[in-house]
Amino acid sequence: MASNNNKVVELEQVVVRFAGDSGDGMQLTGSLFSDSTAFAGNDFATFPDYPAEIRAPQGTVSGVSGFQIHFGRKSVYTSGDLADVLVAMNPASLKANMRWIKKQGLIIIDSDNFSDKWLEKAGYTSDPTTDGSLDGYRVIRTPVSSLTKEAVKHLNLDIKTTLKTKNMFALGMVMFMFSREPNVINEYFEKKFASNPLVVEANKAVLAAGYNYADTMEIVGYVYKVNPAPLDKGKYRNITGNVATAWGFIAAADRAKRPLFLGSYPITPATEILQELSYHKSLGVKAFQAEDEIAGIVSAIGASFTGSLAITTTSGPGLSLKSEAIGLAVMTELPLVIVDVQRGGPSTGLPTKSEQSDLLQALYGRNGEAPVIILAAQSPSDCFYSAFEAAKLSLEHMTPAILLTDGSLANGSEVFKIPAVAELPEIHPPLAEANDPEYKPYRRDPVKLNRKWAIPGTPGLRHRVGGLEKEDVSGNVSHDPLNHQKMILLREEKVMRVANYIPEQSVFGPESAELLVVSWGGTYGVMRTVVEQMQEAGHFIALAHFKYIMPLPKNTEEVLGRYKKIIVCEINNGQFVKYLKINYPQFKYHQYNKIQGLPFLVAELREQFEKLLNA
Amino acid sequence: MLDPMENMQIEAQALQLTKDDFASDQMVKWCPGCGDHAILHSVENVFPNLGIAKEDFVVVSGIGCSSRFPYYMNTYGMHGIHGRAAALATGVKLANPKLSVWMITGDGDCMAIGGNHFIHTIRRNIDINILLFNNKIYGLTKGQFSPTTPQGSKTKTSPQGTFERPFNPGELVIGSQGNFFARSLDANPKAMTAVFMEAAKHKGTSVVEILQNCVIFFNKAHELITNKETRDDNQLWLEHGKPLIFGKDRNKGIVLKGTRLEVVTIGENGVTEGDILVHDQYEKDPGIHMMIARMMPPEFPVALGVIRSVAAPTFDQNLMEVLENEKANSRIKTVDDLLQSNPTWTID
Repeated sequence: MASNNNKVVELEQVVVRFAGDSGDGMQLTGSLFSDSTAFAGNDFATFPDYPAEIRAPQGTVSGVSGFQIHFGRKSVYTSGDLADVLVAMNPASLKANMRWIKKQGLIIIDSDNFSDKWLEKAGYTSDPTTDGSLDGYRVIRTPVSSLTKEAVKHLNLDIKTTLKTKNMFALGMVMFMFSREPNVINEYFEKKFASNPLVVEANKAVLAAGYNYADTMEIVGYVYKVNPAPLDKGKYRNITGNVATAWGFIAAADRAKRPLFLGSYPITPATEILQELSYHKSLGVKAFQAEDEIAGIVSAIGASFTGSLAITTTSGPGLSLKSEAIGLAVMTELPLVIVDVQRGGPSTGLPTKSEQSDLLQALYGRNGEAPVIILAAQSPSDCFYSAFEAAKLSLEHMTPAILLTDGSLANGSEVFKIPAVAELPEIHPPLAEANDPEYKPYRRDPVKLNRKWAIPGTPGLRHRVGGLEKEDVSGNVSHDPLNHQKMILLREEKVMRVANYIPEQSVFGPESAELLVVSWGGTYGVMRTVVEQMQEAGHFIALAHFKYIMPLPKNTEEVLGRYKKIIVCEINNGQFVKYLKINYPQFKYHQYNKIQGLPFLVAELREQFEKLLNA
Repeated sequence: MLDPMENMQIEAQALQLTKDDFASDQMVKWCPGCGDHAILHSVENVFPNLGIAKEDFVVVSGIGCSSRFPYYMNTYGMHGIHGRAAALATGVKLANPKLSVWMITGDGDCMAIGGNHFIHTIRRNIDINILLFNNKIYGLTKGQFSPTTPQGSKTKTSPQGTFERPFNPGELVIGSQGNFFARSLDANPKAMTAVFMEAAKHKGTSVVEILQNCVIFFNKAHELITNKETRDDNQLWLEHGKPLIFGKDRNKGIVLKGTRLEVVTIGENGVTEGDILVHDQYEKDPGIHMMIARMMPPEFPVALGVIRSVAAPTFDQNLMEVLENEKANSRIKTVDDLLQSNPTWTID
């Protein structure tokens, strides 16, 4: 561990950002550092920031890939605003990330890559590390590439393989700075490269070289220590939103005693859900990669008719393609969960950037009167519970549900306390019993208004469903005018009654106050952080963060009415605020919207709220 | 050992189902004289004889006149959305491979809006039966040209005659690596029933094109092969292991000359019956099947019956095998195993 020469400084929380060329292995570097953070007992949240192109031209700003981790001694809700430490493997990554580093922050650069050629590729006319533009920052120029070559010289590797390990030199330095044990990383090498001992050896050697270099050179002069967070007893793991979503459905299928079927088509940033579910055939998961988005959802509808917990996963453009089929699921009153991992739109938009701009599409983007349940996950680990809940509501109420997550939740990760499956709620879909003489396809439960699920293969329940309007009770095709109106109202009422089965809207902060901050979905972490900070600073401010969008919790109107001012904050041009205005037009809503493919920052929100409080 | 067909009959006898078991209580609303009625009757005759319990049939469809079919069958059924019946059928079959899944579709539903699903379902070889009603016109939208409308046809959207080339469904099926393709006629219910039986028996995607007459918008589209006067010279009923002979006088045949098929007359120019191409529906190589499927008047008769029937592993079988294999070999046996899988850490 740290040598005596380095002074130990204790910190509450730190943000570290790794940046390099798309091929430099920055995502791996970041995720390995996250693993070591977990073992150090800190709470943390991460966010990868990578380009849409797989390998943009080397050394250019558009090819920069980054990974940010925020860890602390207290609860961590976001991946952090600005970095305390930036690792920049080349000039382009420095240029792309200057706005994400704190004034006086620490910047580690690979000085071997700051030659004229690479400076020019990044668009610099002079070397920022020597021309004074980094005055005020603490810059550590380290010849990472040449030290890496030196560290593996004895292994006689080719230059390409050698340089592939240079990210581990940088990681070693950062590991030392934060008093981390390299063992956990070395174990990873041994497992990952088991078939290639030379590569294991090289990575270990380079990691150790970086670690020792930081120690002996006393490059920072300090060793930082972030004490463990006071997490509850239990077993934990690091989880991304997409994996959590996939697992939430697996757990729901188990609790519903129904097989899980996914019909999907790859699309950024939702693809990992399809990939993850493809791995878990041992749990009976059928993940079908269809020929397009439409076949994805329609195959899921076929599987739902046949008795599976059926889901489809996509992003905004795919949700557009699935609209007609969602209507079919509404009309046939079958359970189905559609996951929309939102990204910047319209059209192809910003595939790798996050946005909350599909809300109105989810609410209203279908022909006819076609209400569906809508939930929005609020953090990477909450994707597990939101997926579970969306499946539960859809199965028990026999109507499709849309789960909105987003790119930052999908790829971001955080600490997840592992639940025991038996402690999750049971799910009871309304299955029709074989040979029930009373069975009618569209006879409804008087309380929930759902119809029964009669599964092919069950004797005595043969029936037909379809997209044509159905006669009440019998389910026969009907063009009767009054029946049509009746059925529309019944389908609507069925969805509205879901409000009786979801929790009331909670508020973080005082029962009434000067300002209520309203937000929904993936912004929870940053909203919670800023409101907590302002409360601690003595402001009368509260947060109502919505997870249940359709229907809204029953006490929504009452909650909104308790506060003098309301501000609705969204990563879009004001969609939830429009929805609130439709439902509760009596209130005045302020709004703050950001549509830059970037998350909210604590500082900018705080500024907005303070302005409103002082007005 | 019994052949599968005989086996099926024995099981069918045990179930004692009849046509009435599959007739729904819904009024059949197709136009009088529409070929769809005959197809419905044939299917009603086939289902009781397959040895499958009545609750194990699922009939799905897309949109169009033909796609009202599920409402007229007393089975589990779903009337889907335009073009997507193949995806619906895929979901049903993969969710429960034990079910007998039948997809009803038309030329527009299947090959225009649904073309992509059609070819990919065939490529995967999902064990479903596709009945493709080809009337060469859009009926439900009242008379626009379809992907199979003959070139030059004047329709509501081609008042000057179409100039786009029509699809031949058999070419699409075989081009998509299809293993079962048959063609039938609404005007010949007996032969149609036999073809449906063969399609039901085949494991994998089986496609039956039914040349079906729309009395309202394209009456007599198949006149040449249905009219008593002309049909014998323009239709050729295939039988496995039998020579491709046709004609009023049963003296015309198909021979393979070089790389092409050719019509010859037996007894002329020294041609004997022994020269005529013998049909092998089980041949894996699709070359001759493709040529037979492409035969069209006036140069050739239309081939009817089973053109291609080749055994191959099905997608649903493969999927179930992989699932079983994973269940047996994976360390993750329960959802708790998954949640607790490495890397994790514990806080005491």
